[in-house]
Amino acid sequence: MAAEVLPDKVDYNRDIKPVLSDNCYACHGPDAKQVKGGLRLDSYEAATRELKGGLRAIVPKDVEESELVYRIHSDDADERMPPTESNKSLTAREKALLKKWVAQGAEYAKHWSYVAPNKTSVPEVEQKGFTHNHIDRFILKALKAEGFEPNAEADRRTLIRRLSFDLTGLPPTWTEVQAFVNDKSPKAYEKLVDRLVASKHYGERMAVYWLDMVRYADTIGYHSDNHETKPLYRDYVINAFNDNKPYDVFTREQLAGDLLKNRTQSQLIASGYNRLNMNTREGGSQPKEYTAKYLADRVRNTSTVWMASTLGCSECHDHKFDPFTSKDFYSFGAFFADLQETPVGGQKFTPVPSMAQEAQLEELKERQKGIEKILNTQTPELDKALVKWEKNQVVWQVLQPVKAESLNGTQLKMQKDHSVLASGKTPDKDTYTLTLKNVPEGARAFRIEVLPDNSLPKKGPGRAGNGNFVITEVLAKSGDKGIALQNATASFEQTHAGDKNPYKKWNATSAIDGDIKGAEFGWAVLPQIGKPQRLVFEVKEPLGGKNEVTFVLKQNHGTKHTLGRFQVYATAHSSSKITAQGSVLPPNISSIIAIESDKRNAQQKNVLAAHYRSIAPELSQARKVLGEVKSQIDGKQKSFPTTLISTSMAKPRMVRVLPRGNWLDDSGQEVKPAVPDFLQFGKAPEGRASRMDLADWIVSRDNPLTARVLVNRLWAMFHGRGLATPLDDFGSQGAPPTHPELLDWLAIEFMESGWDIKHMVKLMVNSGTYRQTSVSDQKIVDKDPYNLWLARQGRWRLEAEMVRDNALAVSGLLVKNIGGGSVKPYQPAGYWAHLNFPKRSWKADAGDALYRRGLYTYWCRTFLHPSLAAFDAPSREECTVERVRSNTPQQALVLLNDPTYVETARIFAERIVSEGGKDDKSRITFAYHEALHRVPQSRELELLSALVGKHLKQYQADTSAAEALLKTGAKPANGKLDKAELAAWTSIARVILNLHENITRN
Amino acid sequence: MNNIQLFNTDVSRRAFLGQSGLGALGLASLLNPALMAAGRPQIDKWPGVIKQLHHKPKIKRVIHLCMAGGASHLETLDFKPKLREMDGKPMPKSITEGQPIAQLQGKRNALKCLGPQHDFEKFGKSGQHICKLFPHIGSVADDIAIIRSMTTDAINHDPAHTLMNTGTTISGRPSMGSWMLYGLGAETENLPGYCVLISRGGGQDQPVAARQWHAGFLPSRFQGVQLRSKGDPVLYVKRPGGVDVDRQRDVVDAVQQLNQLQNTTLQDPEITTRISQYEMAFRMQMSVPELVDISKEPKEVLDLYGAKPGDGSFASNCLLARRLAERGVRFIQLYHRGWDHHGNVKGAMQTTSKLVDQGCGALIKDLKRSGLWEDTLILWGAEFGRTPMAQGSGRDHHIKGFSVWFAGGGIKGGTSYGNTDELGYNAVENVVHVNDLHATILHLMGIDHEKLTYRFQGRDFRLTDVHGKVIKPILT
Repeated sequence: MAAEVLPDKVDYNRDIKPVLSDNCYACHGPDAKQVKGGLRLDSYEAATRELKGGLRAIVPKDVEESELVYRIHSDDADERMPPTESNKSLTAREKALLKKWVAQGAEYAKHWSYVAPNKTSVPEVEQKGFTHNHIDRFILKALKAEGFEPNAEADRRTLIRRLSFDLTGLPPTWTEVQAFVNDKSPKAYEKLVDRLVASKHYGERMAVYWLDMVRYADTIGYHSDNHETKPLYRDYVINAFNDNKPYDVFTREQLAGDLLKNRTQSQLIASGYNRLNMNTREGGSQPKEYTAKYLADRVRNTSTVWMASTLGCSECHDHKFDPFTSKDFYSFGAFFADLQETPVGGQKFTPVPSMAQEAQLEELKERQKGIEKILNTQTPELDKALVKWEKNQVVWQVLQPVKAESLNGTQLKMQKDHSVLASGKTPDKDTYTLTLKNVPEGARAFRIEVLPDNSLPKKGPGRAGNGNFVITEVLAKSGDKGIALQNATASFEQTHAGDKNPYKKWNATSAIDGDIKGAEFGWAVLPQIGKPQRLVFEVKEPLGGKNEVTFVLKQNHGTKHTLGRFQVYATAHSSSKITAQGSVLPPNISSIIAIESDKRNAQQKNVLAAHYRSIAPELSQARKVLGEVKSQIDGKQKSFPTTLISTSMAKPRMVRVLPRGNWLDDSGQEVKPAVPDFLQFGKAPEGRASRMDLADWIVSRDNPLTARVLVNRLWAMFHGRGLATPLDDFGSQGAPPTHPELLDWLAIEFMESGWDIKHMVKLMVNSGTYRQTSVSDQKIVDKDPYNLWLARQGRWRLEAEMVRDNALAVSGLLVKNIGGGSVKPYQPAGYWAHLNFPKRSWKADAGDALYRRGLYTYWCRTFLHPSLAAFDAPSREECTVERVRSNTPQQALVLLNDPTYVETARIFAERIVSEGGKDDKSRITFAYHEALHRVPQSRELELLSALVGKHLKQYQADTSAAEALLKTGAKPANGKLDKAELAAWTSIARVILNLHENITRN
Repeated sequence: MNNIQLFNTDVSRRAFLGQSGLGALGLASLLNPALMAAGRPQIDKWPGVIKQLHHKPKIKRVIHLCMAGGASHLETLDFKPKLREMDGKPMPKSITEGQPIAQLQGKRNALKCLGPQHDFEKFGKSGQHICKLFPHIGSVADDIAIIRSMTTDAINHDPAHTLMNTGTTISGRPSMGSWMLYGLGAETENLPGYCVLISRGGGQDQPVAARQWHAGFLPSRFQGVQLRSKGDPVLYVKRPGGVDVDRQRDVVDAVQQLNQLQNTTLQDPEITTRISQYEMAFRMQMSVPELVDISKEPKEVLDLYGAKPGDGSFASNCLLARRLAERGVRFIQLYHRGWDHHGNVKGAMQTTSKLVDQGCGALIKDLKRSGLWEDTLILWGAEFGRTPMAQGSGRDHHIKGFSVWFAGGGIKGGTSYGNTDELGYNAVENVVHVNDLHATILHLMGIDHEKLTYRFQGRDFRLTDVHGKVIKPILT
């Protein structure tokens, strides 16, 4: 629209609201606290009201009486609006528009984006070769009205290159280009679109855009920026686009997947959306402050992603331009107050097995049950074996102390269980002498059981500070006659601090060795303290019918290593060897065995049978398998991927309005979850509204924003700008849509299709509008520099990830696997030097992981990979709807010198040399086909031939330089090819990969 | 209208019109470097959005010496004898009640005063009180203006740095260096207009995020570029193995000529910009290694700073700051990461001051003798101060009162401004907020801080958000 011509009918939303909002609202707008002179200009009623002094800002149809018209035209600096100090001023056209609008009656209209989309009929216009679908009819009508004609359709090589980048983020192969160029089918184009939209890479391409908005990253963002990767969420997004998940479902799953009935793992993973915000682990951070920060972050994100609304601006005050209040902000935040999270510190990850993994776990558990059933079933065979086993069991008889004496003054008290407990004085060394009765006839072995006791240091069994003891020597006597001891064994022998010990450990043998290797050495048990241990030794000759024995326990190690509590047992069992390991039954089993078999009750029988089954050799195989299954179950559970998900707390956090956003101020009113007041529709949910209610409201057919916001963003993917700009502000400060009817038509089409994203994508790229060439007459460009009216296609630099993917694809290095964990390609050493808590360094992956698509690169928020950052990939600390597209020297440095790009050039050169024919011309042509999908011009051929000739000579003369170049990157050079030749062609490949055309979609 | 497109197109078109007829040179030039050199593209130097400065500027560039981690004001610039008297005694509750607090949370009832751990001295004719640990800064006391009444809003390092750099604690806004480049443009054709250097030592290393020199929603051409003391001085500035300067030049020339060939049919301003940026990139590959090599500086200069070539020290970075300043870099930022003294503030201040003091003093003296002093501004300070209360043998984060100093063009040397209370807790006299620092810096550059704006998400953003007052009393 030419600047000097005013429209016949001034349109409030298109012509007036942006001017008022931008220039006047700061003092005369929706923020009630800031209103100056009692005047608000954001509604008809307020603007036409009588003010103090009887003036009225606007008197409809009366320009003379309208103070507004007078003030904006005034030459008096004291009267003129907007005032000088506001740094705002109106253009002549804006003043004229306002005047004409008042003259026409100053009609206000509700802001366009807050009114439901209006279904208008499709314009009845046609133009052969251009109108492929309804989109074109809306565009054509506007083009004609503005005095433009549609541009010609682009050639097929351009179309397939454009479609491939737009729909998959990858270049086509030369074979695909030729196939399309030669496809005679009238539906060749639509077939190509169908193929690309069905490609698995479509989901990857769409995911990049979504991950920017939801600020997906692999680190926490604040201060120490620790690792916190959530690739399952990324996979969910890729799959959702590939499966063409309806947008309403996609929305519900992310905002409230955890609240869905019979929710699946995938829906739980999706609910991780609510946990993608930055978080902190910085010492000294106050949980209350960060809880407030996370709330604000979520409000900003959700309102920008789904509603293109700057609700985030109302954190400290009512919105200056849009009808959002501060209370709306906090009420919106309250939807998220049920989320369980750690305000300061590491977040808790939840295992989320895949369905296959869950099935495998279930199967293992079934197997476990089966085996346990076998192990729990008593059979006649087992009964027989039990009887036989029982006969072989060692039955220990506890000996009753009748006297216990200490050499050095320790108090030894005999307990009811026939143990002896030491107390009182704790001498460094001691010798206890005990007289014991109840020795069974024919006793063949003794056992000293050392016991823990709460009265002892570290619960004993010893009296040393660490709970240890050392029995340096045991002597046994029957009457006056010594009893010879042999074959000492113990339940545990200490090895710790065994260096000086001649046995190199504190073993049982040294307690009956007659102290021949030193009186201070003996049996000890560190670190197995606080629990019973035993020392067992046999007598050389079975004892006769003596009822009493005397034991002398020497404890001459020193530093209070004396015994705290112990019992002595004896046995007359006749099996060949009695050891500490094999001979001791659990006390309850011993006591059952001590009862004659026909006098045992049913419970005793069951306990005994169960004990036998637990050791029965007949069941050893089953037990072994059970052990294996259990460890498999354990391993399986540990192998489950984990992620952050939404978990709803029964009692949500209380949310208050924070005056001026100040988290220390508790004076604000308490709020419950609610959507912005002026966007209320339908029935409010009963009880406390949940995230599910929020999601339902967002994807309700009555919501005027959601569908428009998404179709506008899809449009921008294919035309470089939205029908309404910017993509993230549909409020008063955004520009109204250039094609409001088309935007509404698309929004309605989107909802009526069942929120079908692929349907909308196809509709857009199949249109004649999309198919136009981007090459345009300079006059057209001058007339419409921002391409508002779409008389041509756009032309722009590829996005950061695509720059990488394209180079990898052209060289043949690209590994096309979909999904999985984040990967680490080469990154300059020391780039992470300024991270701390903990310090860490980037270690590049090896093998395939080096050649994955850019969207899988590890996303460190504070230090994003510098190659991606150079091409404007955002840090993902905040929501990014529209990446900037800059053109910087850093980009040149990356493409020239980053090892990734030197390596791709080197590998591309291998392809050129081995697949591109023999002479320079055919090789350069091959390279142009593969990278730029076109034939080189003669000037290009000449220039590159000259360069390759020059560098070939140089590299032939300096083979070490050639070798150095071919060593860049991990992939070994093809040894069969001539090094100098390869190096020279690497120069050519570098030139081509650095071309503006190579990183441009047109 | 989208601002980015607006000025991209604007600038590119101008560059396009002004360029030489490169396309005509073609093939012959590739084989004859002399001929090519004559036709090499001009650098498309960003002129800044401010066509006419709002008032007469005092300075052209800024050097920000950032004491990351939060240097204690009580052992640098703010002398508090009363605090010394109160050493070990309980901190009056009337002062601390209801105040934000960091690691000392939960210990409210046991807050005790910690007296200044080092003595102060009067320096220079002006007799400014400065801690004895900083004799070199003391030696230029008559050149600096000390502000002792600083306040900030954020009590943790990361948000506090973000506020100090961008005027807000919310991530994603442009840092002050980016704002200055955006507003005023660059003066250099061979180096980035905003450079960042980082050193460490003296205390636990503060993490410093790239966000601190990020362009936020401004185009990334305004982003700060980090100069590194290890590895490539600028990321990716080093040529690949086996590619010498001449071969790299050949590759770049070929790229330039092929791009130019495209442009003769397309006339795309983006291609014109691309050509210009490749030229700049190529020049950086020469100029950056030359810049960071301080080994050719005279011995007395190295001694003045206490710099050893290649040591990556703060002293060396100060010398590099001068070299950057003389090459026309607009905004130079030095971080020293060693000031987070939660424990042993006494010993740690001794160590850290030794690493930092001499470079600061030397920089001022060196700028004076190299004629850069009059149009350079130095800002020295941390993201916040430290508590007058003890945290063991150290001090916790503190936001209610701390100190910074300015020096250079337009600054009244030998003055001080503002005061904290007698315990060094609250700024009580002439309170200065971070936004006021930004307003003052922009003012000295000839910019009204309310007029340098950028439209993003429907709002005109400023470095000073909705605040900011110029601190006139410290200006000449």
